[in-house]
Amino acid sequence: MESQWLDGLALGLHIPDGFLTTPVALAWWVLTVVAIAVAVRRTGSELDERQVPLMGVMAAFIFAAQMLNFPVLGGTSGHLLGGALAALLLGPWSGVLVMAVVVGLQALLFQDGGLLAMGANIFNMGVATALVGYGAGMPLLRLFGGRSWGLAIVGFVVAWLSVMVAALLTSVQLVLSGVPAAVAFPPMLFVHTFIGIGEGLITFAAIAFIIATRPDLVKSLAGVVSPAGLERRAGGGLIGGVTVVGLLFAVGAALASPLASGDPDGLERVAEDQGFLGRASDAPYAILPDYTIPGIDGSISTILSGVIGVALVFVLIYGITQAVRARRGDAPNA
Amino acid sequence: MSLTSSTLERYVDRISPVHALDARVKVLMTLGYILTLAFLPNGEWAALAGLAGLLWWGVWQARIGLGLVLRRAFVALPFALVAVSLVFARPGAPLFDLTIGPWQLTASDAGLIAFISVVIKSWLSVQAALMLIATTQVVDVFLALRAFRLPTVLVAVMAFAYRYLFVLIDEASRMLRARECRSAAHHGRRGGGSIGWRAAVVGQMVGTLFLRSYERSERIYVAMLSRGYRGEVRTLDTQPLDSRDRGTLIGVLATLALIIYAALVW
Repeated sequence: MESQWLDGLALGLHIPDGFLTTPVALAWWVLTVVAIAVAVRRTGSELDERQVPLMGVMAAFIFAAQMLNFPVLGGTSGHLLGGALAALLLGPWSGVLVMAVVVGLQALLFQDGGLLAMGANIFNMGVATALVGYGAGMPLLRLFGGRSWGLAIVGFVVAWLSVMVAALLTSVQLVLSGVPAAVAFPPMLFVHTFIGIGEGLITFAAIAFIIATRPDLVKSLAGVVSPAGLERRAGGGLIGGVTVVGLLFAVGAALASPLASGDPDGLERVAEDQGFLGRASDAPYAILPDYTIPGIDGSISTILSGVIGVALVFVLIYGITQAVRARRGDAPNA
Repeated sequence: MSLTSSTLERYVDRISPVHALDARVKVLMTLGYILTLAFLPNGEWAALAGLAGLLWWGVWQARIGLGLVLRRAFVALPFALVAVSLVFARPGAPLFDLTIGPWQLTASDAGLIAFISVVIKSWLSVQAALMLIATTQVVDVFLALRAFRLPTVLVAVMAFAYRYLFVLIDEASRMLRARECRSAAHHGRRGGGSIGWRAAVVGQMVGTLFLRSYERSERIYVAMLSRGYRGEVRTLDTQPLDSRDRGTLIGVLATLALIIYAALVW
Protein backbone atom coordinates (compact mmCIF):
# COMPACT_ATOMS: atom_id res chain seq x y z
CA MET A 1 0.00 0.00 0.00
CA GLU A 2 2.73 2.39 0.95
CA SER A 3 4.83 2.03 -2.14
CA GLN A 4 1.78 2.17 -4.37
CA TRP A 5 0.69 5.37 -2.74
CA LEU A 6 4.11 6.95 -2.90
CA ASP A 7 4.42 5.92 -6.54
CA GLY A 8 1.17 7.66 -7.29
CA LEU A 9 2.35 10.84 -5.65
CA ALA A 10 5.80 10.67 -7.14
CA LEU A 11 4.17 10.89 -10.55
CA GLY A 12 2.72 14.16 -9.39
CA LEU A 13 4.19 17.55 -9.06
CA HIS A 14 6.03 17.60 -5.74
CA ILE A 15 9.37 19.26 -6.46
CA PRO A 16 12.12 18.05 -4.11
CA ASP A 17 14.79 20.40 -2.76
CA GLY A 18 17.80 20.86 -4.97
CA PHE A 19 15.97 21.16 -8.28
CA LEU A 20 14.98 24.80 -8.02
CA THR A 21 17.64 27.48 -7.78
CA THR A 22 17.48 29.48 -4.57
CA PRO A 23 16.11 32.71 -6.11
CA VAL A 24 13.32 30.77 -7.85
CA ALA A 25 12.42 28.86 -4.68
CA LEU A 26 12.44 32.00 -2.54
CA ALA A 27 10.45 34.01 -5.09
CA TRP A 28 7.69 31.42 -5.00
CA TRP A 29 7.82 31.32 -1.23
CA VAL A 30 7.05 35.06 -1.29
CA LEU A 31 4.10 34.53 -3.65
CA THR A 32 2.81 31.68 -1.50
CA VAL A 33 3.11 33.63 1.74
CA VAL A 34 1.16 36.49 0.15
CA ALA A 35 -1.52 34.10 -1.09
CA ILE A 36 -1.84 32.40 2.30
CA ALA A 37 -1.98 35.76 4.06
CA VAL A 38 -4.80 36.83 1.75
CA ALA A 39 -6.54 33.50 2.35
CA VAL A 40 -6.24 33.85 6.13
CA ARG A 41 -7.59 37.38 5.92
CA ARG A 42 -10.42 36.51 3.54
CA THR A 43 -11.52 33.49 5.56
CA GLY A 44 -10.87 35.35 8.83
CA SER A 45 -14.43 36.55 9.26
CA GLU A 46 -15.85 33.07 8.82
CA LEU A 47 -12.88 31.25 10.32
CA ASP A 48 -14.32 31.06 13.82
CA GLU A 49 -13.50 28.36 16.31
CA ARG A 50 -15.98 26.06 14.62
CA GLN A 51 -14.15 26.27 11.30
CA VAL A 52 -10.74 25.24 12.62
CA PRO A 53 -11.63 21.57 13.22
CA LEU A 54 -13.57 21.54 9.94
CA MET A 55 -10.66 22.88 7.90
CA GLY A 56 -8.21 20.53 9.60
CA VAL A 57 -10.37 17.50 8.95
CA MET A 58 -10.94 18.67 5.37
CA ALA A 59 -7.18 18.83 4.82
CA ALA A 60 -6.91 15.30 6.18
CA PHE A 61 -9.78 14.35 3.85
CA ILE A 62 -7.98 15.64 0.76
CA PHE A 63 -4.85 13.82 1.90
CA ALA A 64 -6.76 10.56 2.29
CA ALA A 65 -8.78 11.07 -0.89
CA GLN A 66 -5.51 11.20 -2.84
CA MET A 67 -5.07 7.55 -1.83
CA LEU A 68 -8.25 6.45 -3.58
CA ASN A 69 -7.14 5.36 -7.00
CA PHE A 70 -8.34 3.41 -9.96
CA PRO A 71 -6.41 1.35 -12.48
CA VAL A 72 -6.02 3.11 -15.82
CA LEU A 73 -3.67 1.43 -18.25
CA GLY A 74 -0.52 -0.61 -18.05
CA GLY A 75 -0.23 -0.61 -14.28
CA THR A 76 -0.63 3.12 -13.90
CA SER A 77 -3.40 4.45 -11.73
CA GLY A 78 -5.45 7.60 -11.64
CA HIS A 79 -5.94 9.51 -8.44
CA LEU A 80 -6.96 12.90 -7.21
CA LEU A 81 -4.93 16.06 -6.63
CA GLY A 82 -7.96 17.72 -5.11
CA GLY A 83 -7.35 21.47 -5.42
CA ALA A 84 -10.31 22.18 -7.68
CA LEU A 85 -12.53 19.86 -5.63
CA ALA A 86 -11.57 21.56 -2.35
CA ALA A 87 -12.22 25.02 -3.80
CA LEU A 88 -15.60 24.07 -5.27
CA LEU A 89 -16.73 22.40 -2.03
CA LEU A 90 -15.31 24.87 0.50
CA GLY A 91 -14.89 28.13 -1.41
CA PRO A 92 -11.69 29.52 -2.96
CA TRP A 93 -9.79 30.84 0.04
CA SER A 94 -10.68 27.99 2.36
CA GLY A 95 -9.61 25.74 -0.49
CA VAL A 96 -6.25 27.53 -0.67
CA LEU A 97 -5.70 27.12 3.09
CA VAL A 98 -6.68 23.46 3.09
CA MET A 99 -4.45 22.66 0.12
CA ALA A 100 -1.54 24.61 1.63
CA VAL A 101 -1.83 22.47 4.76
CA VAL A 102 -2.03 19.28 2.67
CA VAL A 103 1.09 20.09 0.65
CA GLY A 104 2.92 21.32 3.76
CA LEU A 105 2.20 18.13 5.67
CA GLN A 106 3.20 15.98 2.72
CA ALA A 107 6.62 17.64 2.71
CA LEU A 108 6.98 17.60 6.47
CA LEU A 109 5.77 14.07 7.21
CA PHE A 110 6.50 12.12 4.05
CA GLN A 111 9.29 14.16 2.42
CA ASP A 112 7.04 14.49 -0.61
CA GLY A 113 8.44 17.72 -1.97
CA GLY A 114 11.20 19.78 -0.38
CA LEU A 115 11.03 22.37 2.37
CA LEU A 116 12.72 25.12 0.37
CA ALA A 117 10.66 24.12 -2.67
CA MET A 118 7.51 24.05 -0.53
CA GLY A 119 6.61 27.59 -1.53
CA ALA A 120 6.52 26.57 -5.17
CA ASN A 121 4.74 23.30 -4.42
CA ILE A 122 2.04 24.99 -2.36
CA PHE A 123 1.59 27.61 -5.05
CA ASN A 124 1.32 25.07 -7.87
CA MET A 125 -0.83 22.45 -6.19
CA GLY A 126 -2.70 24.56 -3.66
CA VAL A 127 -3.07 28.20 -4.63
CA ALA A 128 -3.21 27.83 -8.41
CA THR A 129 -5.44 24.74 -8.51
CA ALA A 130 -7.92 26.17 -5.98
CA LEU A 131 -8.13 29.59 -7.60
CA VAL A 132 -8.35 28.16 -11.12
CA GLY A 133 -10.93 25.63 -9.98
CA TYR A 134 -13.13 28.20 -8.33
CA GLY A 135 -12.41 31.14 -10.62
CA ALA A 136 -13.24 29.21 -13.78
CA GLY A 137 -15.74 26.83 -12.23
CA MET A 138 -18.29 29.12 -10.62
CA PRO A 139 -18.96 31.36 -13.66
CA LEU A 140 -19.27 28.28 -15.85
CA LEU A 141 -21.66 26.59 -13.43
CA ARG A 142 -23.84 29.72 -13.39
CA LEU A 143 -23.69 29.77 -17.16
CA PHE A 144 -25.10 26.26 -17.37
CA GLY A 145 -27.77 27.03 -14.79
CA GLY A 146 -27.18 24.02 -12.57
CA ARG A 147 -28.13 21.30 -15.04
CA SER A 148 -26.61 17.88 -14.57
CA TRP A 149 -24.67 17.89 -17.84
CA GLY A 150 -23.46 21.39 -16.95
CA LEU A 151 -21.99 20.11 -13.71
CA ALA A 152 -20.45 17.17 -15.54
CA ILE A 153 -18.76 19.38 -18.08
CA VAL A 154 -17.70 22.10 -15.66
CA GLY A 155 -16.42 19.72 -12.98
CA PHE A 156 -14.42 17.86 -15.59
CA VAL A 157 -13.03 20.87 -17.47
CA VAL A 158 -12.14 22.86 -14.39
CA ALA A 159 -10.37 19.97 -12.67
CA TRP A 160 -8.50 19.13 -15.87
CA LEU A 161 -7.51 22.78 -16.30
CA SER A 162 -6.30 23.04 -12.70
CA VAL A 163 -3.97 20.06 -13.16
CA MET A 164 -2.63 21.52 -16.40
CA VAL A 165 -1.98 24.90 -14.75
CA ALA A 166 -0.15 23.15 -11.91
CA ALA A 167 1.96 21.20 -14.41
CA LEU A 168 2.61 24.38 -16.42
CA LEU A 169 3.75 26.27 -13.32
CA THR A 170 6.02 23.40 -12.26
CA SER A 171 7.60 23.40 -15.70
CA VAL A 172 8.03 27.18 -15.57
CA GLN A 173 9.87 26.92 -12.27
CA LEU A 174 12.11 24.15 -13.58
CA VAL A 175 12.93 26.14 -16.71
CA LEU A 176 13.72 29.24 -14.65
CA SER A 177 16.07 26.97 -12.69
CA GLY A 178 17.99 26.00 -15.81
CA VAL A 179 16.23 22.90 -17.15
CA PRO A 180 15.80 23.31 -20.91
CA ALA A 181 12.24 24.20 -21.89
CA ALA A 182 12.15 21.43 -24.48
CA VAL A 183 12.74 18.88 -21.70
CA ALA A 184 10.52 20.36 -18.99
CA PHE A 185 7.34 21.22 -20.85
CA PRO A 186 6.50 18.32 -23.20
CA PRO A 187 6.66 15.42 -20.71
CA MET A 188 5.04 17.41 -17.90
CA LEU A 189 2.14 18.64 -19.99
CA PHE A 190 1.77 15.35 -21.85
CA VAL A 191 1.60 13.17 -18.75
CA HIS A 192 -0.69 15.59 -16.95
CA THR A 193 -3.08 15.81 -19.87
CA PHE A 194 -4.04 12.25 -18.90
CA ILE A 195 -3.69 12.66 -15.14
CA GLY A 196 -5.99 15.66 -15.56
CA ILE A 197 -8.64 13.47 -17.22
CA GLY A 198 -8.67 11.20 -14.16
CA GLU A 199 -8.85 14.28 -11.94
CA GLY A 200 -11.74 15.62 -13.98
CA LEU A 201 -13.77 12.40 -13.89
CA ILE A 202 -13.28 11.91 -10.14
CA THR A 203 -14.01 15.56 -9.31
CA PHE A 204 -17.25 15.58 -11.27
CA ALA A 205 -18.43 12.26 -9.81
CA ALA A 206 -17.59 13.34 -6.26
CA ILE A 207 -19.43 16.68 -6.55
CA ALA A 208 -22.47 15.04 -8.17
CA PHE A 209 -22.58 12.45 -5.37
CA ILE A 210 -22.29 15.05 -2.59
CA ILE A 211 -24.93 17.34 -4.08
CA ALA A 212 -27.31 14.42 -4.50
CA THR A 213 -26.73 13.27 -0.90
CA ARG A 214 -26.13 16.29 1.32
CA PRO A 215 -26.70 19.48 -0.70
CA ASP A 216 -26.88 21.46 2.54
CA LEU A 217 -23.16 20.94 3.17
CA VAL A 218 -21.82 22.65 0.07
CA LYS A 219 -22.76 26.26 0.67
CA SER A 220 -20.41 27.48 -2.01
CA LEU A 221 -22.41 25.62 -4.66
CA ALA A 222 -25.82 26.48 -3.23
CA GLY A 223 -28.06 28.10 -5.81
CA VAL A 224 -25.67 27.13 -8.58
CA VAL A 225 -26.25 23.40 -8.61
CA SER A 226 -29.24 21.80 -6.93
CA PRO A 227 -30.31 18.19 -6.48
CA ALA A 228 -33.36 19.04 -8.60
CA GLY A 229 -31.00 20.32 -11.27
CA LEU A 230 -29.22 16.99 -11.27
CA GLU A 231 -32.52 15.24 -12.00
CA ARG A 232 -33.16 17.25 -15.12
CA ARG A 233 -32.35 15.46 -18.33
CA ALA A 234 -29.66 16.71 -20.62
CA GLY A 235 -31.32 18.99 -23.17
CA GLY A 236 -30.48 20.35 -26.58
CA GLY A 237 -27.90 22.63 -25.00
CA LEU A 238 -25.61 19.64 -24.64
CA ILE A 239 -24.13 20.29 -28.06
CA GLY A 240 -23.27 23.82 -27.05
CA GLY A 241 -21.66 22.59 -23.86
CA VAL A 242 -19.61 19.98 -25.61
CA THR A 243 -18.47 22.63 -28.08
CA VAL A 244 -17.20 24.76 -25.22
CA VAL A 245 -15.33 21.79 -23.84
CA GLY A 246 -13.84 21.11 -27.23
CA LEU A 247 -12.78 24.72 -27.57
CA LEU A 248 -11.13 24.72 -24.16
CA PHE A 249 -9.25 21.54 -24.96
CA ALA A 250 -8.18 23.01 -28.27
CA VAL A 251 -6.88 26.14 -26.61
CA GLY A 252 -5.10 23.98 -24.05
CA ALA A 253 -3.51 21.88 -26.74
CA ALA A 254 -2.55 24.99 -28.68
CA LEU A 255 -0.87 26.31 -25.56
CA ALA A 256 0.96 23.08 -25.00
CA SER A 257 2.22 22.59 -28.54
CA PRO A 258 4.59 25.56 -28.92
CA LEU A 259 6.05 24.77 -25.54
CA ALA A 260 6.44 21.19 -26.59
CA SER A 261 9.43 21.80 -28.76
CA GLY A 262 11.98 24.53 -29.08
CA ASP A 263 12.93 23.04 -32.43
CA PRO A 264 11.24 24.35 -35.51
CA ASP A 265 8.07 22.46 -36.28
CA GLY A 266 7.64 20.28 -39.34
CA LEU A 267 6.65 22.96 -41.78
CA GLU A 268 9.24 25.46 -40.60
CA ARG A 269 11.88 22.78 -40.86
CA VAL A 270 10.89 22.05 -44.41
CA ALA A 271 10.81 25.74 -45.16
CA GLU A 272 14.31 26.15 -43.83
CA ASP A 273 15.60 23.19 -45.79
CA GLN A 274 13.94 24.37 -48.99
CA GLY A 275 15.02 27.93 -48.43
CA PHE A 276 11.62 29.51 -48.69
CA LEU A 277 11.44 30.59 -45.06
CA GLY A 278 12.68 34.05 -45.94
CA ARG A 279 9.75 34.54 -48.27
CA ALA A 280 7.20 33.81 -45.61
CA SER A 281 5.95 36.77 -43.69
CA ASP A 282 4.34 36.89 -40.31
CA ALA A 283 0.62 37.43 -40.12
CA PRO A 284 -0.01 41.06 -39.32
CA TYR A 285 -2.26 40.14 -36.41
CA ALA A 286 0.24 37.88 -34.64
CA ILE A 287 0.23 39.01 -31.03
CA LEU A 288 2.76 36.47 -29.94
CA PRO A 289 4.79 35.67 -33.06
CA ASP A 290 6.37 32.21 -32.77
CA TYR A 291 4.79 32.05 -29.34
CA THR A 292 7.40 34.39 -28.03
CA ILE A 293 7.20 37.97 -26.94
CA PRO A 294 9.13 40.42 -29.11
CA GLY A 295 12.10 41.92 -27.37
CA ILE A 296 12.45 39.15 -24.81
CA ASP A 297 14.39 36.13 -25.84
CA GLY A 298 14.69 32.52 -24.87
CA SER A 299 12.67 30.37 -22.55
CA ILE A 300 11.33 33.23 -20.44
CA SER A 301 9.56 34.61 -23.44
CA THR A 302 8.06 31.21 -24.26
CA ILE A 303 6.86 30.87 -20.68
CA LEU A 304 5.41 34.36 -20.57
CA SER A 305 3.48 33.65 -23.72
CA GLY A 306 2.17 30.50 -22.07
CA VAL A 307 1.09 32.50 -19.06
CA ILE A 308 -0.55 35.11 -21.26
CA GLY A 309 -2.32 32.29 -23.09
CA VAL A 310 -3.74 30.92 -19.85
CA ALA A 311 -4.85 34.42 -18.88
CA LEU A 312 -6.59 34.74 -22.25
CA VAL A 313 -8.52 31.54 -21.57
CA PHE A 314 -9.79 33.04 -18.34
CA VAL A 315 -10.78 36.29 -19.97
CA LEU A 316 -12.59 34.21 -22.58
CA ILE A 317 -14.50 32.18 -20.01
CA TYR A 318 -15.35 35.27 -18.02
CA GLY A 319 -16.44 37.20 -21.08
CA ILE A 320 -18.72 34.44 -22.35
CA THR A 321 -20.30 34.14 -18.92
CA GLN A 322 -20.91 37.85 -18.61
CA ALA A 323 -22.33 38.06 -22.11
CA VAL A 324 -24.72 35.16 -21.55
CA ARG A 325 -25.81 36.51 -18.20
CA ALA A 326 -26.43 39.96 -19.64
CA ARG A 327 -28.56 38.47 -22.42
CA ARG A 328 -30.57 36.42 -19.97
CA GLY A 329 -30.92 39.41 -17.65
CA ASP A 330 -29.97 37.27 -14.65
CA ALA A 331 -29.45 38.88 -11.32
CA PRO A 332 -25.88 38.55 -10.06
CA ASN A 333 -25.32 35.47 -7.91
CA ALA A 334 -28.62 34.05 -9.07
CA MET B 1 -2.43 -2.17 6.75
CA SER B 2 -2.56 1.45 7.60
CA LEU B 3 -0.04 4.03 6.62
CA THR B 4 0.73 4.82 10.23
CA SER B 5 3.56 2.34 10.22
CA SER B 6 5.18 3.93 7.20
CA THR B 7 5.96 7.15 8.99
CA LEU B 8 9.03 7.67 11.06
CA GLU B 9 7.02 8.16 14.21
CA ARG B 10 8.28 4.96 15.76
CA TYR B 11 11.76 6.51 16.01
CA VAL B 12 10.50 9.61 17.78
CA ASP B 13 10.35 8.08 21.25
CA ARG B 14 14.00 7.02 21.35
CA ILE B 15 16.43 8.64 23.73
CA SER B 16 19.41 10.43 22.21
CA PRO B 17 21.13 13.81 22.38
CA VAL B 18 19.38 14.80 19.13
CA HIS B 19 15.94 13.76 20.37
CA ALA B 20 16.51 15.82 23.50
CA LEU B 21 17.11 19.05 21.59
CA ASP B 22 14.33 21.64 21.49
CA ALA B 23 12.11 21.41 18.39
CA ARG B 24 12.73 25.08 17.57
CA VAL B 25 16.48 24.42 17.43
CA LYS B 26 15.99 21.39 15.18
CA VAL B 27 13.65 23.23 12.80
CA LEU B 28 16.15 26.09 12.47
CA MET B 29 19.06 23.69 11.94
CA THR B 30 17.15 21.79 9.26
CA LEU B 31 16.19 24.97 7.41
CA GLY B 32 19.75 26.30 7.74
CA TYR B 33 21.14 23.04 6.37
CA ILE B 34 18.82 22.99 3.37
CA LEU B 35 19.47 26.68 2.64
CA THR B 36 23.24 26.06 2.81
CA LEU B 37 22.87 23.25 0.28
CA ALA B 38 20.79 25.51 -1.93
CA PHE B 39 23.36 28.33 -1.88
CA LEU B 40 26.31 26.02 -2.52
CA PRO B 41 27.64 26.37 -6.07
CA ASN B 42 27.70 23.22 -8.20
CA GLY B 43 30.80 21.05 -8.15
CA GLU B 44 31.97 21.94 -4.62
CA TRP B 45 32.65 18.31 -3.75
CA ALA B 46 34.63 19.01 -0.59
CA ALA B 47 31.86 21.21 0.82
CA LEU B 48 29.25 18.60 -0.12
CA ALA B 49 31.30 15.92 1.63
CA GLY B 50 31.56 18.16 4.70
CA LEU B 51 27.81 18.73 4.74
CA ALA B 52 27.12 15.02 4.30
CA GLY B 53 29.54 14.23 7.11
CA LEU B 54 27.84 16.74 9.40
CA LEU B 55 24.42 15.26 8.71
CA TRP B 56 25.54 11.63 9.05
CA TRP B 57 27.27 12.45 12.31
CA GLY B 58 23.92 13.79 13.50
CA VAL B 59 22.14 10.64 12.32
CA TRP B 60 24.67 8.54 14.22
CA GLN B 61 24.14 10.69 17.32
CA ALA B 62 20.38 10.26 16.98
CA ARG B 63 20.71 6.43 16.82
CA ILE B 64 18.11 6.00 14.11
CA GLY B 65 20.23 4.04 11.67
CA LEU B 66 22.03 5.56 8.70
CA GLY B 67 20.81 2.83 6.34
CA LEU B 68 17.21 3.69 7.01
CA VAL B 69 17.75 7.40 6.37
CA LEU B 70 19.75 6.77 3.19
CA ARG B 71 17.13 4.38 1.83
CA ARG B 72 14.12 6.53 2.68
CA ALA B 73 15.84 9.55 1.10
CA PHE B 74 15.58 7.97 -2.35
CA VAL B 75 11.95 9.15 -2.41
CA ALA B 76 13.04 12.17 -4.40
CA LEU B 77 15.11 10.20 -6.89
CA PRO B 78 12.48 9.84 -9.67
CA PHE B 79 12.60 13.59 -10.01
CA ALA B 80 16.28 13.31 -10.94
CA LEU B 81 15.07 12.17 -14.38
CA VAL B 82 14.18 15.80 -15.04
CA ALA B 83 17.66 16.90 -14.03
CA VAL B 84 19.34 14.49 -16.47
CA SER B 85 18.63 17.08 -19.12
CA LEU B 86 21.09 19.43 -17.41
CA VAL B 87 23.89 17.22 -18.72
CA PHE B 88 23.02 18.26 -22.26
CA ALA B 89 21.93 21.81 -21.55
CA ARG B 90 24.94 23.50 -19.99
CA PRO B 91 27.62 24.93 -22.24
CA GLY B 92 31.03 23.42 -21.55
CA ALA B 93 33.67 21.07 -22.86
CA PRO B 94 31.88 18.32 -24.81
CA LEU B 95 32.14 14.82 -23.35
CA PHE B 96 30.13 12.63 -25.72
CA ASP B 97 27.37 12.81 -28.30
CA LEU B 98 24.06 11.06 -28.15
CA THR B 99 21.68 10.68 -31.05
CA ILE B 100 18.03 10.06 -30.24
CA GLY B 101 15.95 10.05 -33.39
CA PRO B 102 16.29 13.44 -35.02
CA TRP B 103 18.01 15.06 -32.03
CA GLN B 104 21.73 15.35 -31.59
CA LEU B 105 22.61 15.82 -27.93
CA THR B 106 26.03 16.82 -26.67
CA ALA B 107 26.95 16.16 -23.06
CA SER B 108 29.20 18.73 -21.46
CA ASP B 109 31.42 18.50 -18.39
CA ALA B 110 29.70 21.51 -16.81
CA GLY B 111 26.35 19.84 -17.41
CA LEU B 112 27.49 16.59 -15.82
CA ILE B 113 28.79 18.47 -12.77
CA ALA B 114 25.48 20.35 -12.47
CA PHE B 115 23.49 17.13 -12.70
CA ILE B 116 25.50 15.24 -10.07
CA SER B 117 25.46 18.26 -7.75
CA VAL B 118 21.71 18.67 -8.03
CA VAL B 119 21.04 15.00 -7.31
CA ILE B 120 23.36 14.94 -4.27
CA LYS B 121 21.91 18.19 -2.91
CA SER B 122 18.40 16.87 -3.31
CA TRP B 123 19.31 13.57 -1.65
CA LEU B 124 20.93 15.32 1.34
CA SER B 125 18.02 17.77 1.70
CA VAL B 126 15.56 14.88 1.97
CA GLN B 127 17.80 13.25 4.58
CA ALA B 128 17.83 16.45 6.64
CA ALA B 129 14.03 16.65 6.56
CA LEU B 130 13.84 12.94 7.49
CA MET B 131 16.17 13.56 10.44
CA LEU B 132 13.94 16.34 11.74
CA ILE B 133 10.77 14.27 11.63
CA ALA B 134 12.41 11.08 12.94
CA THR B 135 13.74 12.83 16.06
CA THR B 136 10.98 15.35 16.82
CA GLN B 137 7.37 14.95 17.90
CA VAL B 138 5.25 16.48 15.15
CA VAL B 139 3.25 18.36 17.78
CA ASP B 140 6.50 19.98 18.91
CA VAL B 141 7.25 20.98 15.31
CA PHE B 142 3.86 22.73 15.22
CA LEU B 143 4.66 24.50 18.50
CA ALA B 144 7.98 25.59 17.00
CA LEU B 145 6.19 26.99 13.94
CA ARG B 146 3.87 28.81 16.33
CA ALA B 147 6.93 30.22 18.12
CA PHE B 148 8.19 31.47 14.74
CA ARG B 149 4.99 33.57 14.49
CA LEU B 150 3.11 31.58 11.87
CA PRO B 151 -0.59 32.53 12.00
CA THR B 152 -2.33 30.73 14.87
CA VAL B 153 -5.16 29.66 12.61
CA LEU B 154 -2.81 28.04 10.12
CA VAL B 155 -0.90 26.09 12.77
CA ALA B 156 -4.16 25.03 14.44
CA VAL B 157 -5.53 23.75 11.12
CA MET B 158 -2.24 21.90 10.49
CA ALA B 159 -2.40 20.32 13.94
CA PHE B 160 -5.98 19.17 13.37
CA ALA B 161 -5.10 17.83 9.94
CA TYR B 162 -2.24 15.86 11.43
CA ARG B 163 -4.42 14.56 14.27
CA TYR B 164 -7.05 13.19 11.88
CA LEU B 165 -4.82 12.33 8.96
CA PHE B 166 -4.34 8.71 9.90
CA VAL B 167 -7.95 8.30 11.01
CA LEU B 168 -9.10 9.29 7.53
CA ILE B 169 -6.34 7.37 5.78
CA ASP B 170 -7.59 4.28 7.63
CA GLU B 171 -11.12 5.17 6.54
CA ALA B 172 -9.92 5.39 2.93
CA SER B 173 -8.05 2.08 3.27
CA ARG B 174 -11.24 0.39 4.48
CA MET B 175 -13.11 1.76 1.48
CA LEU B 176 -10.39 0.49 -0.87
CA ARG B 177 -10.53 -2.92 0.78
CA ALA B 178 -14.31 -3.01 0.50
CA ARG B 179 -14.03 -2.20 -3.20
CA GLU B 180 -11.50 -5.04 -3.62
CA CYS B 181 -13.88 -7.45 -1.91
CA ARG B 182 -16.73 -6.53 -4.20
CA SER B 183 -14.70 -6.51 -7.40
CA ALA B 184 -14.79 -10.11 -8.47
CA ALA B 185 -12.90 -10.83 -11.66
CA HIS B 186 -12.09 -13.80 -13.83
CA HIS B 187 -8.57 -15.08 -13.43
CA GLY B 188 -6.32 -13.14 -15.74
CA ARG B 189 -8.97 -10.63 -16.66
CA ARG B 190 -9.50 -7.27 -15.11
CA GLY B 191 -12.82 -6.74 -13.40
CA GLY B 192 -14.87 -3.59 -13.56
CA GLY B 193 -16.11 -1.53 -16.44
CA SER B 194 -14.65 1.22 -18.55
CA ILE B 195 -12.20 3.81 -17.28
CA GLY B 196 -15.06 6.27 -16.98
CA TRP B 197 -17.04 3.82 -14.86
CA ARG B 198 -14.07 3.14 -12.60
CA ALA B 199 -13.43 6.84 -12.21
CA ALA B 200 -17.08 7.36 -11.28
CA VAL B 201 -16.76 4.69 -8.59
CA VAL B 202 -13.71 6.44 -7.16
CA GLY B 203 -15.53 9.77 -7.40
CA GLN B 204 -18.37 8.38 -5.31
CA MET B 205 -15.85 6.99 -2.84
CA VAL B 206 -14.30 10.47 -2.59
CA GLY B 207 -17.77 11.93 -2.09
CA THR B 208 -18.56 9.41 0.63
CA LEU B 209 -15.25 10.13 2.32
CA PHE B 210 -16.05 13.85 2.19
CA LEU B 211 -19.41 13.33 3.87
CA ARG B 212 -17.95 11.07 6.54
CA SER B 213 -15.12 13.57 7.16
CA TYR B 214 -17.54 16.47 7.37
CA GLU B 215 -19.79 14.70 9.82
CA ARG B 216 -16.78 13.61 11.83
CA SER B 217 -15.57 17.22 12.07
CA GLU B 218 -18.97 18.19 13.46
CA ARG B 219 -18.75 15.48 16.13
CA ILE B 220 -15.19 16.58 16.95
CA TYR B 221 -16.28 20.17 17.36
CA VAL B 222 -19.15 19.27 19.67
CA ALA B 223 -16.92 16.98 21.72
CA MET B 224 -14.27 19.70 22.05
CA LEU B 225 -16.84 22.32 22.95
CA SER B 226 -18.05 20.13 25.78
CA ARG B 227 -14.48 19.94 27.04
CA GLY B 228 -14.01 23.69 27.18
CA TYR B 229 -12.65 24.53 23.71
CA ARG B 230 -12.86 28.25 22.97
CA GLY B 231 -11.13 28.46 19.63
CA GLU B 232 -7.47 28.04 20.52
CA VAL B 233 -5.36 25.09 21.45
CA ARG B 234 -3.64 25.75 24.74
CA THR B 235 -0.45 24.16 25.89
CA LEU B 236 1.80 24.25 28.96
CA ASP B 237 4.85 23.47 26.89
CA THR B 238 6.66 26.79 26.43
CA GLN B 239 10.06 26.13 27.85
CA PRO B 240 12.98 28.48 27.21
CA LEU B 241 15.99 27.15 25.32
CA ASP B 242 18.66 25.77 27.65
CA SER B 243 22.38 26.24 27.21
CA ARG B 244 22.81 22.92 25.35
CA ASP B 245 20.12 23.97 22.84
CA ARG B 246 21.77 27.33 22.28
CA GLY B 247 25.25 25.82 22.04
CA THR B 248 24.18 23.22 19.46
CA LEU B 249 22.28 25.76 17.39
CA ILE B 250 25.18 28.23 17.32
CA GLY B 251 27.71 25.47 16.68
CA VAL B 252 25.80 23.92 13.77
CA LEU B 253 24.89 27.25 12.14
CA ALA B 254 28.52 28.43 12.48
CA THR B 255 29.75 25.22 10.85
CA LEU B 256 27.29 25.69 8.00
CA ALA B 257 28.41 29.30 7.55
CA LEU B 258 32.04 28.19 7.56
CA ILE B 259 31.40 25.53 4.90
CA ILE B 260 29.61 27.95 2.59
CA TYR B 261 32.26 30.62 3.18
CA ALA B 262 35.03 28.16 2.40
CA ALA B 263 33.26 26.99 -0.75
CA LEU B 264 32.65 30.52 -2.01
CA VAL B 265 36.05 32.00 -1.18
CA TRP B 266 38.49 29.20 -1.87
